[in-house]
Amino acid sequence: MTAYVEHVKPFLRRTPFHERIEALMHGNHWMRWTGHYSPAAFESVQSEYFTIRNGASVYDISPLIKYRIAGRQAAEYVNHLITRDLSKIKPMQAFYTAWCQDDGMLVEEGTIFRFGENDFLLNAAKDQLHWLEQAAYGFEVQIEEASNDLAGLSLQGPQSRDVLRAFGINGIEHLPRFGIIELELNGRWLRIDRAGFTGDLGYELWVRPADALWLWDRLFEVGRDHKIAPIGAQALEIARIEAGFILIDLDYSSALHALRPSNRMSPYELGIGWTVNLNKPGYFVGKRALKREKEQGLSRHVLTGIEIEGRKPAPGSFLYADRAGKRELGLTTSACWSPTLKKNIAYARLPAAYAKPGTEMWIEIWYHKEHKIERSMVRCWAANRMFYDPPRKSA
Amino acid sequence: MSAPRTQPDVVIIGAGHNGLVAAAYLAKAGLKVTVLEAAPQVGGAAVTREFVPGYKVSGVAHLLHALHPTIARDLGLARHGLDLRAQRVATRCLLPGGSSFDAGDAASIAAISRADAEAYPAAMARLTRMAGALAAYALSTPPRPDIARMGWEGKLSLGKFAWAMRRLGRKDMLELTRILTMNVNDLANDYLESEPVRALLCFEGVLGLCLGPRSPSTVFNLLYRLASLGANGQGGFLLPKGGMGSVTHALAKAATAAGATIRTGAAVDHILIESDAAAGVVLSTGEEVRAPHVASNADPQRTALQLIGPRNLDTMFVSRMRHLRMNGSAAKIHLALDGLPEALAKAGGRLVVAPKPDDIERAYDCAKYGRVSDRPALEVTIPSLGDPSLAPAGKHVASIVAQYCPYRLRESSVNEARQQIGARSLAVLEEVAPGLGQRVTAMEVLTPHDLEAQFGMTGGQWHHGEITLDQVLFLRPAGQAQEYRMPVPGVYLCGAGAHPGGNVSGAPGYNAAREILKDVRAQKRVVGAA
Repeated sequence: MTAYVEHVKPFLRRTPFHERIEALMHGNHWMRWTGHYSPAAFESVQSEYFTIRNGASVYDISPLIKYRIAGRQAAEYVNHLITRDLSKIKPMQAFYTAWCQDDGMLVEEGTIFRFGENDFLLNAAKDQLHWLEQAAYGFEVQIEEASNDLAGLSLQGPQSRDVLRAFGINGIEHLPRFGIIELELNGRWLRIDRAGFTGDLGYELWVRPADALWLWDRLFEVGRDHKIAPIGAQALEIARIEAGFILIDLDYSSALHALRPSNRMSPYELGIGWTVNLNKPGYFVGKRALKREKEQGLSRHVLTGIEIEGRKPAPGSFLYADRAGKRELGLTTSACWSPTLKKNIAYARLPAAYAKPGTEMWIEIWYHKEHKIERSMVRCWAANRMFYDPPRKSA
Repeated sequence: MSAPRTQPDVVIIGAGHNGLVAAAYLAKAGLKVTVLEAAPQVGGAAVTREFVPGYKVSGVAHLLHALHPTIARDLGLARHGLDLRAQRVATRCLLPGGSSFDAGDAASIAAISRADAEAYPAAMARLTRMAGALAAYALSTPPRPDIARMGWEGKLSLGKFAWAMRRLGRKDMLELTRILTMNVNDLANDYLESEPVRALLCFEGVLGLCLGPRSPSTVFNLLYRLASLGANGQGGFLLPKGGMGSVTHALAKAATAAGATIRTGAAVDHILIESDAAAGVVLSTGEEVRAPHVASNADPQRTALQLIGPRNLDTMFVSRMRHLRMNGSAAKIHLALDGLPEALAKAGGRLVVAPKPDDIERAYDCAKYGRVSDRPALEVTIPSLGDPSLAPAGKHVASIVAQYCPYRLRESSVNEARQQIGARSLAVLEEVAPGLGQRVTAMEVLTPHDLEAQFGMTGGQWHHGEITLDQVLFLRPAGQAQEYRMPVPGVYLCGAGAHPGGNVSGAPGYNAAREILKDVRAQKRVVGAA
């Protein structure tokens, strides 16, 4: 037995899948996600990435924070809280949305699942029960954290549907993107939604925590012929950037957690202005400020995709209007080499005038080379942030 | 739909003194104004109330001192029946054992303390001077702290304030900076020697607050009250002839004469909001009164949470409004008397019963823990002495403010609290005015809960939000809703919950009218240009 000094004793929680993940883990490559052990990588980031794009990848999403929202006025409440029009989804559908503070600065963005007229589950990256309850003043609604009530696996990749078919999910091919089904399999409750963080064909599977290992074992049993493999966060990160999804704490800070007020960002500034519906009936939190921002053009910048010359990934790199680097335009956030597209891609905060796809700029990249740090100033071009968008995603 | 011709430009919710002042100024400027009052009479909390047949008192506010002279002059209140020359009253402190002193008379204070006979008038003069500098903002919109977004008016008023501070001189400016956030008990110890005189200063500092003499910000409350005793008020305490209702009657006449329409018995249920902007109000009968501008004389909490409603507002703003400190702490007691005991008959005017600073602090200790004070501190007026019409011949009425009767009760029900504050106040009064109990033929007690129910003041807080440093100037009612505008376009605050705050001053209504006019004129310019 290891003798621990009490205050350095590992304290992270184990998800219901931990036992299986640990058995496959090479090199103890864990990271921390909402206080849980979460795999950063198993053996090879590269092969895990290609599992997402060519096979069926399995990623443990149990650590997501989940809030159950129910009550007589739950729908009215959710519509007041979020920026999108809730009436666009019916029971057993989900959608991606943003929610903001009074001045239109983003609290977070994520997926809200609608199970009934007034029955919702909100998935979030950060704790925010206090915010949700503050916003609920005047609504007859109950909000409770349900993070530990569900164990979830994200099954993503072109072969994910075949895995589910082999798993015995009849009619899975009819489940539209952002659709939800609930069923019983071998006497166990199972919820499947068609969503994910990879921009590919994919599903999320939810069971009761007690059935977690059953789900894992059955999936890997039936998935053997469909190139099923577990993945970690590093492989997912590449797929995430290719798909154009933003990540909290990297691409933006939640308004509830930003260190300085100026660090907060609006949905328009993050390039998810399409989630803001200024015409939906009634008022929603931040509407007046967002309307003003849109009408008066107050956005400070917009998070845009860029394609960069060469192969050197460019996180945290400055962009300039000119090669000499006299006129600074902005900074990159997420960046990677895209193995599928064979392109050097990144997200950059740019003035709106430079966000038009094809606009040429210069980027200053610092990189390691043979024990030195070198600098290169290369061309880059604004691009649609959704770099990778295969038809199978929604087919 | 009514034809636009008959539609008012501004609807004012509530015919309290500030609502009427706003109505009068807006109507004078040529706008079509409709004032809607839930009660059968105008006045709000500034009314004359017949609490038993033949006996009349001022319902809530009973001493007039803050009515701004500019407003009284602009609106010609004297012409409309308000007599401000009469009924000036002095403050006399009653002490156990039958002695007393007149706070305005140095010789009388000398009987208590020779040092304080000099120190008290000097301290009051000095504090009133400092308060006057702070009151430079009374009839202007307080500048917001972000200088970058400040218009020329803000800069001008900031400049005026700096000038007023400068004019205080180095010594007083330093002293003001020192005492501004202090507690009034420490200030009394600094300035005064004897317990009864210190207690008087403490009492003036806590009146209207749910705080004790040792609580911070009580000096600020003292200065706030003293501001109305200088050039920005009546220069002293007045007992208006005919009760406080005479003030609002004159205001109503002035507003009507200027062209405003006043409807009583018209309770507003909520503000009508269309396309996220004010469109009028809906009465409790379901009737709609449409207008592009709605000014609320109700308190900010009621305006935000009930009249506008949280569904039309942002989350942080709603939280701010919910957390405004609106803790009423004073009960109003009305006595019908078949005669006056000697101590009261010779005292006249305004009486204070709070013999020691510690008595007030202990009275507050009870309130802090949700109980009615064992020994309340009292401010007593006997308006029938100067205005016999308020009581049947040979009889009298007394109007008492008793602190503390907290809104947040822990141990007793409202009914018990009502009984307790009444009985305990009479017991305290009996000690300094023996024989009073036998003279009482009827008594009415209004606890903060009663004030809330009858006058619509949330928490029974008669300033529509306590006057403390965190709830004044650009923070009144909140940093997010300064300059009289609520977040919903077209909705304004014109009551005591807006700067400069409570007391029968009319200043919030005056300032709100100016801001509303600014918006109306700006819109007309836009329409004209289009």
